[in-house]
Amino acid sequence: MAPRAGFVSLKGFYMPVIVQGLLTIVIGVGGCIGYFYLSNLLLDKVIFPAKGENAGRNINRANQIRPWLFLFPAIFALGLYLVYPVVGSFWRSLYGRSPSDWVGFDNYVQLAASNEFQQAFFNNLLWVIVVPAMATFLGLLVAQLTDKLSWGNIAKSLIFMPMAISFVGASLIWKFVYANDADIGLINAIRASLGFGNPIDVMQIPFWNNFFLMVILIWIQTGFAMVILSAALRGIPEETIEAAILDGANPWQLFFRIKVPQIMGTIVVVWTTITILVLKVFDIVYTMTGGNFGTEILPSYMMDFMFRDDGRATAVAFIIMIVVLPVMIWNIVQARKEMR
Amino acid sequence: MDNIAGHKSGLSWVTNISVVVLVVLWLIPTVGLFVSSFRERDQISVSGWWQAPFSVELTYRTRGDGEVRPVDGGYVMEGNIFDTGEVRSSFEGGASTVSAFGDRGVAPAEYPAGTVAEIGDGETLQVNADGTYIYTSVEEPGNRGPRVYFEAETPPQFTLDNYRNVLTADGMDRAFINTLTVTIPATVIPILIAAFAAYALAWMDFPGRGLLIALVVGLLVVPLQLALVPMLNLHQRLGIGQSFLGIWLAHTGFGLPLAVYLLRNYMVGLPRDIIESAKVDGATDFQLFVKIILPLSFPALAAFAIFQFLWTWNDLLVAKVFLPSDDASKVMTVKIADDLLGSRGGDWGILATAAFVSIAVPLVVFFTMQRFLVRGLLAGSVK
Repeated sequence: MAPRAGFVSLKGFYMPVIVQGLLTIVIGVGGCIGYFYLSNLLLDKVIFPAKGENAGRNINRANQIRPWLFLFPAIFALGLYLVYPVVGSFWRSLYGRSPSDWVGFDNYVQLAASNEFQQAFFNNLLWVIVVPAMATFLGLLVAQLTDKLSWGNIAKSLIFMPMAISFVGASLIWKFVYANDADIGLINAIRASLGFGNPIDVMQIPFWNNFFLMVILIWIQTGFAMVILSAALRGIPEETIEAAILDGANPWQLFFRIKVPQIMGTIVVVWTTITILVLKVFDIVYTMTGGNFGTEILPSYMMDFMFRDDGRATAVAFIIMIVVLPVMIWNIVQARKEMR
Repeated sequence: MDNIAGHKSGLSWVTNISVVVLVVLWLIPTVGLFVSSFRERDQISVSGWWQAPFSVELTYRTRGDGEVRPVDGGYVMEGNIFDTGEVRSSFEGGASTVSAFGDRGVAPAEYPAGTVAEIGDGETLQVNADGTYIYTSVEEPGNRGPRVYFEAETPPQFTLDNYRNVLTADGMDRAFINTLTVTIPATVIPILIAAFAAYALAWMDFPGRGLLIALVVGLLVVPLQLALVPMLNLHQRLGIGQSFLGIWLAHTGFGLPLAVYLLRNYMVGLPRDIIESAKVDGATDFQLFVKIILPLSFPALAAFAIFQFLWTWNDLLVAKVFLPSDDASKVMTVKIADDLLGSRGGDWGILATAAFVSIAVPLVVFFTMQRFLVRGLLAGSVK
């Protein structure tokens, strides 16, 4: 009884979708609680009852199994939606457009040879270098500047705000800055007031248009970097700062020699988190240029093939995965260190 | 402490000013969108949103429709240009000032206001700054008056028309409801699943626990792109296809790593005494979880709920892949990116309004629950 799309396609017939949604919440939440409650009950009362001659042994056994009862739904969903796709995508990428057409590594070979892919890869490289660096730098700057400000929290909250806005919404917002019309686009208005006659379309300036797109993501992510780095700055022990000041450190030295080294770990975390994000976001390029004018990046390049050539699409996706892999391993190593 | 270093006053001025500059820079784009969403289409195309509070010169087209009087050697029509039928509705708020006029569409501002223009065939036309016009003709003009173009100062106008259009005519109402329908189950369901798992990973001892935690950390960064093709194919084989059920399941799966990770990090920090004394008192793990852990973890649960809400509300990728592409099931992001930007690319008022409708709810959530969001961010970044 899977609700199908056809069910909601009747015109003016809104209710069923919402009812479906509410029903799903009830079934989902009720099902979860029911599952956890009943499975625990079953374990404790039926399979390994805590009474009779084996009571002690049964309690132990039940306690060995219980974690897996708690974990099962999560492991199942994670396995299905995130672990299986890694293998599934790789496997699919070895086939051509049709799922029965084995091509081996042909998709990868053709991608490597295609100009568009090389362009997308190069652009993505630019994004990975520029966006995390700029967002982290600006975030750190704002965090430090607002640290002792009486209205610092308001300022932070306003700079943090773009985090709530969708990439699509943000792209539209920036269209009002970049528009090829001095009466709509802020950039062209400023150009016009400086005496340049003809408006320019910044989305069509080769190479540099990539940077104009990056500005949008930097605008969104600076708030994230700021929040985390601001907390890290607050966490620096006062004594080290006091000692530095007594030793005659000037504010610059204080910041670069004392504070930054102490929050280096957090800076790296922020940097890598934004790097990962850069490799996933296709929305901005998709809405602003549709990948035209030499602005394609890997995630948007993949969507060009989605629904058209699954083999090629999964190959691009797997390449993104390979690029992400070092960060993933580094994260796991860090997390394990943390736990010990 | 800066006092000690003796730099207080100078430096704090610089700090204040640079923060003001940064905040203004950060706000300008959003303010532009917000202002534009309240402006009329005509006004948007002739002046920037930063000029919205000022009058603009607009060109109008109308036709004289006063009484025709015979006079010596011809006919005369008099009246006020602002009262003519074709433009009357634009000047209901009061008369304006005509700066120039013309009789041909290619040169709508050929003559300055007040001049008597020869417009051929022995006809003359005069439009004054206050809007009065005099038209004379040697021959009987017939029942259609002369075509008049004129340029007038138009006072700033703010309107809710864009909102009315977007919310009724453009299908954004349906898209709004669809977004809500996708978002709520996709936020609620992963929380419970993740909470149980997080409890097991935080407070239960079993072999392989460290490995599972490492797996969750690893899955945090798996690109969603990998899941698109295999999962869509699987959904199709299972008969779910592209549907709301499919996207709920997908969002649940994709949201779980962060949920488990966040909640486990928080639960691990709960005081051990409470948990152990409850165990000593004979509470089962299930009771302990429901009665003690869940209520105590409220801040982390709220943090994740906000994350997941913002993420699913703002998502374009998953919606494009896992929902059908018909109008009935489009969510707002897809609607804006595919429909409005494509077919109505030039209608800036509609675009601005649609964008603002789609970001209004996240902004409200953001500003009311920022506290939880910040806490979640701090717990969520791998330290």
